[in-house]
This record gives sequence, C-alpha cells and structure tokens, in this order.
Amino acid sequence: MNRTAIDLWVGIFVTIGLAAIVFLALKVGNLTSLAKVPSYRLEARFDNIGGLKLRAPVKAAGVVVGRVDGVRLDPKTYEAVVALRIENGYQFTKDSIASILTSGLLGEVYIGLDAGGDSAMLADGATIAKTQSAVVLEKLIGQFLFDKASGGGK
Amino acid sequence: MPADAITNGLRRVGAGAISAVTRLGFAARFFAVVLIHSPAALKRTQLTLREIYFAGVLSLVIIMVSGLFVGMVLGLQGYDSLNKYGAGDSLGVFVGLSLVRELGPVVAGLLFASRAGSAITAEIGLMKTTEQLAAMEMMAVDPLARIVAPRFWGGVISMPLLAALFSVMGVFGAYLVGVRLIGLDSGAFWGNMRAAIDFWPDVTNGIIKSVVFGVAVSLIAVFEGYDAKPTAEGVSTATTRTVVEASLAILALDFILTVFMFRGIGG
Amino acid sequence: MTAAASPPAAAPACPTENAVELAGVTYGYDAGRPVLRGIDMTIPRGKVVAIMGGSGCGKTTILRLIGGQLQPQAGRVLVAGESVPDMDRDALFAMRRRIGMLFQFGALFTDLSVFENIAFTLREHTNLPDELIRDLVLMKLNAVGLRGTAQLRPAELSGGMARRVALARAIALDPMLVLYDEPFAGLDPISLGVVGQLIRELNDALGITSVVVTHDVYESLKIVDYLYFVSEGRIIAQGTPEEVHASADPFVRQFVDGAPDGPVPFHYPAPAYADEIAAHAG
Repeated sequence: MNRTAIDLWVGIFVTIGLAAIVFLALKVGNLTSLAKVPSYRLEARFDNIGGLKLRAPVKAAGVVVGRVDGVRLDPKTYEAVVALRIENGYQFTKDSIASILTSGLLGEVYIGLDAGGDSAMLADGATIAKTQSAVVLEKLIGQFLFDKASGGGK
Repeated sequence: MPADAITNGLRRVGAGAISAVTRLGFAARFFAVVLIHSPAALKRTQLTLREIYFAGVLSLVIIMVSGLFVGMVLGLQGYDSLNKYGAGDSLGVFVGLSLVRELGPVVAGLLFASRAGSAITAEIGLMKTTEQLAAMEMMAVDPLARIVAPRFWGGVISMPLLAALFSVMGVFGAYLVGVRLIGLDSGAFWGNMRAAIDFWPDVTNGIIKSVVFGVAVSLIAVFEGYDAKPTAEGVSTATTRTVVEASLAILALDFILTVFMFRGIGG
Repeated sequence: MTAAASPPAAAPACPTENAVELAGVTYGYDAGRPVLRGIDMTIPRGKVVAIMGGSGCGKTTILRLIGGQLQPQAGRVLVAGESVPDMDRDALFAMRRRIGMLFQFGALFTDLSVFENIAFTLREHTNLPDELIRDLVLMKLNAVGLRGTAQLRPAELSGGMARRVALARAIALDPMLVLYDEPFAGLDPISLGVVGQLIRELNDALGITSVVVTHDVYESLKIVDYLYFVSEGRIIAQGTPEEVHASADPFVRQFVDGAPDGPVPFHYPAPAYADEIAAHAG
C-alpha cells in the first residue's frame, strides 16, 4: 500500500465517520432545537406533578416552546415547584394556565401552557398563577368507586 | 489429601490474584509511558495515518454490514413488540435510542476488539518474537514511540467513527424494515425519532462511550502484544487475551458509564 | 565482492585502545542463578573477536550487556571507555547510534522493503535528503552484494540474503562497533562463506571493531583475530586462532573437534540408568 492510497482511504474513512456523527446529531437526534437558544425562566407550583421529569417538554398548542429545568419540593407549603425554561420568542400572558398532561395513554408527561386574555406578559422569573396538577390514576379510580358506591346506595 | 488440595488451590488463587494485580500495575505504567511518547508519535502523521487505515478502514466492512443487520433485526423485533401497544410508529424512537446510546458503541467496540484489536496484538507480538523490537531498540529508536503509540492512537481515533457508522447503518436497516418492508409511515418514523433523541445527552454520551471503549481496546491490544511471550504459543495466547479482556472491559465500562450518564432516566 | 568505499572521515573513531571492556561482570536473569560469573574480556579496537560456547552459556547475554539492554549485577561494562550501565537514556541512545547489531535470523522489519529497512536508521537519526539516503543505501547494499534486492520484501529473501541485508542495515550509520549474534546459524555452506568474508572485509575496510557470538568453529577460526570460550558463565579459554588450534585444553579440544562427550557431558543430569529401570520393573 503506498502512501497516497493510504492517505486517500483514511481521508474517506474520517469523512464518512464525521458525516455519520453529524447525521446522528441532526437527522436522528434533534440538535437544531434548543442548542443554545436564548430563553427566560418561569416558575409554576403544582399539588402533584405525577410523572413529570427533568427536561420534559413545555408545549403550547402542541408546539414545544421550552423545557422543564428543575423540580423541587417547597418545604413549607409541600407544593411541587417546577422551573420552566421558555424560548425568548414566546411570551405568555399573566393569566396563562400551566397543566401537567400526558401525550397519549402511555406517552411522556409534559407541561401544556394555555394563554389567557390578559394584556400583560409574564416576565423572566415570574410565577404562573394558575396551574392544574397531574391526574393521578389511583385517585381517579378511587373517586369513581366512591361515586359508584354513593350512587348505588340510593 | 483433600486438605493439601485445598491449601494448594488457595495458594494458587492467591498467587494468581497477586500476579493479576502486578500485571495491572505494569499495564498502568505502560499506559503512562505510551501517553508520554504520544506527542512524538502524533507528529509523525504518516505512521498514525497508516494505523488508522489498518484499524479503521479495514474494519469498515464488518462494522457497516453488522450495523445494517442489527438495525434490521431491531426493526423486526421492535415492531413486533411495539405493535401490541399500538406504538408501531415509535419504532424509530426505539431503534434510534438503542443504537445511539448502547448498541452502537458496544457492539462496534466488541467487533473492533475482535478484528482490529487481535490484529494489533498479533502484529506487535510477532515483532517481539522475531526480535524486531529489540533490533529497533539497538538502533536507538524507541519502539514505544514508533510502533506502539501510533497503533494506540489509530485505534482511539477509529473507534468513535466506527461506532457512529454502525449506528447510522442500524437506523437505515430499521428504516428498510419498518418503512419499506412493513409499511410504517416514513414521516412518523423519522419525526418521532428526532423528537425523542436529543443530541445532549443521547448522541454525545454515545460518542463519549465509544471514545472510552476505543482507549480501553487499543490499550489492551498494544499492551498484550508488547507483553507477549516471544513464542508462537505466546502470541496466540496474547491475541486471545486481548479479545477476552477487551470485550469484558467494554461491557463493564458500559455499565459504569450508563449508570453515570443516564441517572435521570426513570425520574 | 567489493568492500564499501566509505569516506574515512565519516566513520566515528574509537577514542580508546579497547573498543569494549568487561571486568568481573556477573549477571543472572533470576537473582539466584547467575548466567555469567565474573567475566573479564577486552576487545581491542579494529579487531574481530569471537565469543564461543555451547548453547545457553550466556553468549547472547554478553551482547545484551554490551548494548545496554541488560544491567550487570556486578562488574564493569565499558564501551569506548564509557560505562554502559551508568548511562542515562540519552547517553545510551547516543551510544547505540554508534553500534550496529546483527540479530540472529536478521530481524528485518517485515512491513518495510529491503531499501526501507536499511534506510531506517538514516531516516530516524539524520536529516539527510532523499537522494543522499538513496546513495548511501545502495552503497551498503552493494557492499554485501545485494543491490538488486532493494525493492523486495524481507519475506521474499532467502535466509542467507536476509542475513546479508541485516548486515547492511547494521552498518548503515557507519558504526564504530558491530555486534553479531549467531551470524552463521542455519546457513548453507556458500552463504556461510559469504557472511564470514563480509564480516572480515567490512571490519578492515571500515575500520570498525567486530564481536561475533557463534558456535561455528570452522568459520570463526578462518576470520577472527581472537577467541573467547565461555562455559557455565566463565571464560575457560582464550587465544588467537593458532593458539586455539594447538590448545590441549579438554574443553577447547572437545569444541574444536566437535566430540560428543568431554568436559561438556553428553548426558543431561539424571538418576543412574540401572536404578531407573529397576524402579519401573519393581
């Protein structure tokens, strides 16, 4: 094997290898979204976040507008405090509602934002006033059975 | 006497453990020396390029063909299970995550250890047996800088590229099976996959894993070759050891890395 | 067969009278079993000296001590007046550039051509331009009579030719000292004669010193100036070829005559034969 042939093949190899990495990043992964997009922070408090995880998407009208940045428990009020990171391009009204939803029956848990009619917008660091906690299946079933029992007892 | 047999056995286990630990220490020192000689080796780009050719380019066929088949099998098996929950459209997600996070680096690493790792060990061991390494030393050329380090870096540079190619071929194989053969929607296949796989952490962690595996396999390969007994039997033993030790190292490192990288999984 | 026409100024001179001196050298691969015990040897400048002895008696160990690959447990090893075991890495490498070594069976680099094998040290240790390297390589190949093999691979050479190419490689940098490890092993009679002649002629033409480790008595007596006989780690006889021919020492006689039994016994140590047979029958 002479030098130029080896150089050529190594060059081809490295090129397609790097191209594969780029392909994985862009076509298989989603590098283009939220790489280092300028964003601002919002907070929301919930009674129960269900299966919400770090880096879960924040969607408005089904479009991903941000990610869950942090989850912690407030030791005084025993509420879950969720930090959201929203892209700068999207502003939400002060009376927006943050709900914890599940995509499909077995899908991932995400936060849905419904904008209200207020003229003022939420600023960086603001807290979303209205929230809707996750639906916990056990409580739902318990409620259903309770209703059934009280209804059947008539 | 059974008592004698037991004490002899224990003694042998103890001696074996001690020799394993001393060997590990020797290997660690060897690693340090190889790293020290690496700048000189990397400046001789021709040498390293040649080793990238022998380790990387010549492994392309087996890596890409295996990737294709693994992807196709994942596609078939995955669809079979996912379809039961009506989640057939998530096939892309399933295959993509499996490959990028785990199967790409690990399987490519195992194949690389068998093909390139054993070749490197055999080559260095043979050079030792035919006194080529000693001749080089007597000619005032350090064999660690000229023979060992370029082969080490050839392996380290080739591994991540091979793992990425494996994953790409795997995804393509799953696409062939899922979209072309079974008839899933192409848009759902790619769209769901893209939504679920993040560059950070999924793809980058896969790349980090393959680099770590590359270092482990290459180090084991050059060490076993350099340390081989200078006989035909010694070289054969060394080659076997390379494949076994490198494979075990890959699997063990994979576990450790996965625990650290994907701690957040499962809430 | 012409000798290499090497410009005299290029060959580094040996500053001392003796190219190599060993004094009271003791060495053992395992701490408890010394292979060499108290070896004293002087190898004068410009001479061809043979070290002879049975297999496994430590001859190759002596070469490794001279080359600095091993450190003696006791004694001094001097090359051109400098102590080898005391050298640091840089000094050792500098010394090795002035020594050429011919390994048993050649030890040519199998992934390089014959040309590249000989050019190896030239490329590694000098900044000579390619044309000059080409001229030097062809000159060395010509000295050993193998200029036509320049583009072949070592695998394509016969044993004798590989040995000669290795010789050309050993003298590529015009060393002051050349060490030969069993240069005659496994060669046919013609190649034997060729290699022997080359050792002698190159030694004289290049003004170098040669140390030949071998057990080929016939060839050695034809070409060397002095011989050392080593047995069980000690020097038991030494002398010029004439002295050796006339020697009455039983070991030298057994060696020179090739007698199967003598000071070096035929039987490997074992219990008495009669006892062993009786034990089996009983």
